[in-house]
Formats: sequence, structure tokens, C-alpha cells
Amino acid sequence: MAKAKLTFDTEKCKGCELCVTFCPKKILVLDSETNAKGYYPVTVTDIDECIACGTCAIMCPDSIITVEKE
Amino acid sequence: MAKKLMKGNEALAAAAIAAGATHFFGYPITPQSELIEYMAREMPKAGGCFLQAESEVAASYMVYGAGGAGARVITSTSSPGLALKQEGLTYMVAAQIPAVVINVSRGGPGLGNILPQQSDYFMCTRGGGNGDYYHPCFAPASVQECADLVTEAFDIADKYRMPVLILADGLIGQMMEPVEIKEATEKPIDKPWAADGGHVKRGEHNRINAMILPADGLEELNHVIQAKLKDYSENYVRYEAIDVEDADIVLVAYGTPSRACKNVLKKAKEEGLKFGLIRPISLYPFPKEAFDKINPNCKAIISVEQSCGQMIEDIRLSVLGKFPIKFFGRTGGNPIIPDAVYSYAKEVLGGKA
Amino acid sequence: MAVVYKKSPALTDAPLSFCPGCTHGIIHKLVAENLVELGVFDRAVGVAPVGCAALSDYFFACDMYVAAHGRAPAVATGQKRVHPDNFVFTYQGDGDLASIGTAEVVHAAHRGEKISTIFVNNAIYGMTGGQMAPTTLVGQKASTAPYGRSEEHCGKPIRIAEMIATIEGAKFVERVSTDTPANVRKAKKAIRRAFECQIQGKGYALVEVLSTCPTNWGYTPAGAMTWLQENMIPYYPLGNFKDFE
Repeated sequence: MAKAKLTFDTEKCKGCELCVTFCPKKILVLDSETNAKGYYPVTVTDIDECIACGTCAIMCPDSIITVEKE
Repeated sequence: MAKKLMKGNEALAAAAIAAGATHFFGYPITPQSELIEYMAREMPKAGGCFLQAESEVAASYMVYGAGGAGARVITSTSSPGLALKQEGLTYMVAAQIPAVVINVSRGGPGLGNILPQQSDYFMCTRGGGNGDYYHPCFAPASVQECADLVTEAFDIADKYRMPVLILADGLIGQMMEPVEIKEATEKPIDKPWAADGGHVKRGEHNRINAMILPADGLEELNHVIQAKLKDYSENYVRYEAIDVEDADIVLVAYGTPSRACKNVLKKAKEEGLKFGLIRPISLYPFPKEAFDKINPNCKAIISVEQSCGQMIEDIRLSVLGKFPIKFFGRTGGNPIIPDAVYSYAKEVLGGKA
Repeated sequence: MAVVYKKSPALTDAPLSFCPGCTHGIIHKLVAENLVELGVFDRAVGVAPVGCAALSDYFFACDMYVAAHGRAPAVATGQKRVHPDNFVFTYQGDGDLASIGTAEVVHAAHRGEKISTIFVNNAIYGMTGGQMAPTTLVGQKASTAPYGRSEEHCGKPIRIAEMIATIEGAKFVERVSTDTPANVRKAKKAIRRAFECQIQGKGYALVEVLSTCPTNWGYTPAGAMTWLQENMIPYYPLGNFKDFE
């Protein structure tokens, strides 16, 4: 069971990859499907690896990431 | 309140404070100095805020900020300063911010000089900034009228959420007359649109904004502005018409030249000539209806202006070719002398001019 | 589960109009989070500029103005003089503040207006399509400096934080950056301190935030971060220039 939870407001994601770049665990990637705006939004590959550090959310210019932990 | 001897500049300021103005932002320029100095002295005593801005441009945006926050706010300047304030004025029109702006006009173009002149007519009546707009413009011809128009200007500004301009020439600003400063007649109205930090209580945030990107949105704003101006124009036409119904010559003058013209009317009467006078008090809207009252057999209308002829265009638009229109003007700050106007009018009457 | 991070309630639900990866969005968050954390959101009023942040009145959930180009400090002055109990901030870019609005920012600082300015320096005019700003670096290409900014022709870029720090009425001035998570955290602290400067009635405060413009610089968002580190920070040193007791 994952100790962290990431929620993405996918429709507002612009696929800038700043979260992907700065994630210390390298568990974020862009999805293969676009959102309604035509951007490839972020998604998480392995939530069990997430340490809920919040870096992705801090660096997200569009405030689309909510980070929670146990 | 008892009558007091005051300069026009002081009366404009005193009336603003009496009308409930709480904020003044301005920049020194002659010949409106007595106004800003009166404000610096008296506004703090009345519990208000006087602040000297770093420029006329900044002053106009302090007005934008204070008016947008819901205050009764006023600024004053003279011609080149008003040119700088035009940016703020068009933004105030777009953002629908009420304010009173006073121009105690001087000689131009350019830095010109500090003598009285009326060459800001276009700038004050045509919406001097960018975009499709006008704003109310009044022109007092006495110190008492300065005070009375300021009182009313605040109510109009609040009612229509628009800047209201008072165009007083340098002579009125400087001259002294007995004046009664009246207290505010109407109670300040609520301004639920103001940016006063009340968004949490209100449940929504107010936005004071002069930019609307979508075409339909900006078109709608333009229609709102035009509708306000239409309503305003139907209710605030002001003028004085003297003896125009049987006049052979009608003089048209606003501000101090209208006083010279009243002397011309007296002299004409003494010599058995039929002269009339139209004195626009509201320059926007221009009192077109006054011209309908003119004797159909009137020989000519003479626009008397301390300029090279600007109001004459509004006269042409009002008369639409019904009467010949002549012009008598002085410029450079030279005064309008009754004898000179009278001589010219007699030449016009005799078909020599 | 405990919330580690979520969007600030001082921001509206409106999607930000900035380009993908533009750090304006990060700076918006830092402002919004500080408004809430310092307990001033319910009396805050912001003034947006002309430029990329001209639509910020849609994004901040408090009462907002949009000023004419460069005039935000004058608008904020008028607002604050009417409601001294409000918390008033201006949010301005480098074309707005460092070019057309230099008089307004200098004199707001000089009067010691109790307002806070967030100055976003991305070394270019973003909204109009990448023209040269007073902050554009020597040699940096822009659409109005197609051969790169020439020092001989246009002078060297202006350092706003250092200049404002010389003014008596300015009580807090700091330059921060958005290029790394650590620097973003420092930027948040600096904005907090600038806001406290106003809350405590000390005087004017300005935080210059180095920001990226991936679109007009011609880099990926991550690449723009690197460009900022390698080119902007050496010319615009980070750090505090003025603080209050």
C-alpha cells in the first residue's frame, strides 16, 4: 500500500515537465493520451516510490498537483 | 454657509471638500497652484488625504486607485498636465471609475505659457485619450459656478461611474468673487463594485479593469459606456441663453469670454442693436437645443473663444447650415475685450466681415 | 491522509494564461500562499500590470485592479490611501516596472508606501512576443535586438533591486529565483518577509524574482531554468539588499 497520494488536475496540466524534471524519485512522466487542451498531462509511474516530498507540486506553475501522505 | 471672497481655484477646492471628497492627488502646475495648495492645507483638517504625486501621470493613477477603492477623489491640473492625465482618463472611463478632474487651462500648444486660454476645448470635450468615449465636461463662468459645478460633478461621477471634467480657464482660477460653498446635497451612494478588500464577505472578488480581450466583451463595454453617455446627455445639458429669440447677432461663448460678451450685449442694447448670447455651461454634451431658440432671421452667429476656434465646430454641428457662422478669437493668452468683439459683430451685421 | 501540498485558496479556479513551464505560475502560488499563511488574504487587494500578468485579476481570488502599463504602484498608492487597513501588493514584470514604470516604482518606494511589490524579471517582453527589455542581457537576442543586445547601443541591463535598495523609504529588498525547488522555497520566504514589512507598517518592500520565459527565450521549460542559472544569476546576484529590524 502506497504511503503517498498524488492527485493531478489533468485538464489544467500543460505538460511542461517541470515536475518530471525535479522529482527526486523520477517517478513522473507525461501520459501518452492528451487532455482536452491537447497537452500530454503528467502521470505517476510508481506511486509506491513516492516520498510525498511535495517538490513536484511546488514546482508546478499551474498548481495542478495535490500531495498527500499517511 | 455665508459668502466668502475666494479665488476660483480655492472655490473649486473648497467645494470638493464640502462635497465629501476625501482624497486629492495632484502635481504642481500654474495657474492651478492655489487649488493644490488649498487642498494641501485644508484636506488634512477635514480628515482627508492630500498627496502630491511625482507626475500628472502618477496622479491620475492614484485617482484610478482611490476611485476604484470607492472614495470620492479629485485631481486638478492645467493644460499640459491634462494632456498627461489623458491616459488615466481613458482608463477610468473603461474601468468605470468615478472621479472629478479639474483643468484650469492655460496657453498652448506645447508648454505654451501660463496665461488664460481656451485651447483645450477639443481635449476636454472629445475624450482626449484613446478609444471611443466622451466624458461630462462643464465650464464655469464665475467663482460661484465653479463651486456649484464641483458639487454636482461628484454626484454625476458616482451616478454614472465616470470621470467628470471641469474646464475652468486660468482667469476664473485666479479671480476673486464672493462665493457660497454649499454642503453636499446627495448622500454618498453605495459602491458594491469597489476594490476594498471585501471579497471574502462579498463571496466574489471585484476586478477594476480597463482591458477586455474578447471582441464581444469589449463591444458590450462600449455599449454600456455609450448608454451611460446617452442618459447623461439627455439629463445634464446646461446653458444660459439671453435674448436669442429676436437677436440679429448671437454670440456664443463659455467661461470668462462669456462675461465680456454680456458687456457687448449691454452696449448693443444701448445702441439699439439686437444681440443675443448662448453660454454653454455643459460643453459635453454641447447644448444643441439652445440654437433652436434663435430668431430664424438672425444674421449670424459668432463664436467668441480664447483660442483659434474649437467650439465653433460644435456650433456648426448644432446649426447645420441654418445661419452663417463667424469667429472672433484671441490666442496666446490675450484677453477677449468687449469693444473688440462689439466692433467685429457690427462689421458682421453690416456685411463687412 | 495529511495534505502535503494543495492549490492555495487565494487562487481562483481559472486556468492560468501563462505558457507551459513559465514560472509566473510558481510566483503566483508563492504570493497566494503567503497571503493565506500570514492571515491577510481576507483584506488583500492586488494590482496587476500590463504584460503577461495582465490577466492576474482573474487568477488571484482577492479584489484586484489591472493598472495601465507601469502604473501599478500609483494605483496601489491610491487604493492604500483610501483603505490603510487593506493589504496591498503590486505584481509587475520587467517591461512594466523597469521600463515604462520606473518613475512610479521609485516614488512609491521613496514615499515609503506601505505596499509590497513582486517584480518578475525574465529579461524580456513576454506578452508582446519577445522584445528587448531594460533587463535583457548583453548579447541576448530579442525580436527588437535580433543581433543580440549591444552594450554600446543600449547600455547594460538595469538592476532594479540594487537601485530600489538605495531609496530610504524601501525597507525590504531581496532578489530571489525560481530555478530550483530550494530557490523557490527561498523566494517564498522572501515574499513572506516583504509582506511582513507591510503588515508591521515598516514601509515599502520589493522582491525581484528571476523568472523564465521558455517561449521567447526558445528553450524547454527545464532548459530555460538552466539558462537562467548560467546567464541571469551571474548578472543579477541573488540575496538580500535591505531588511528591517
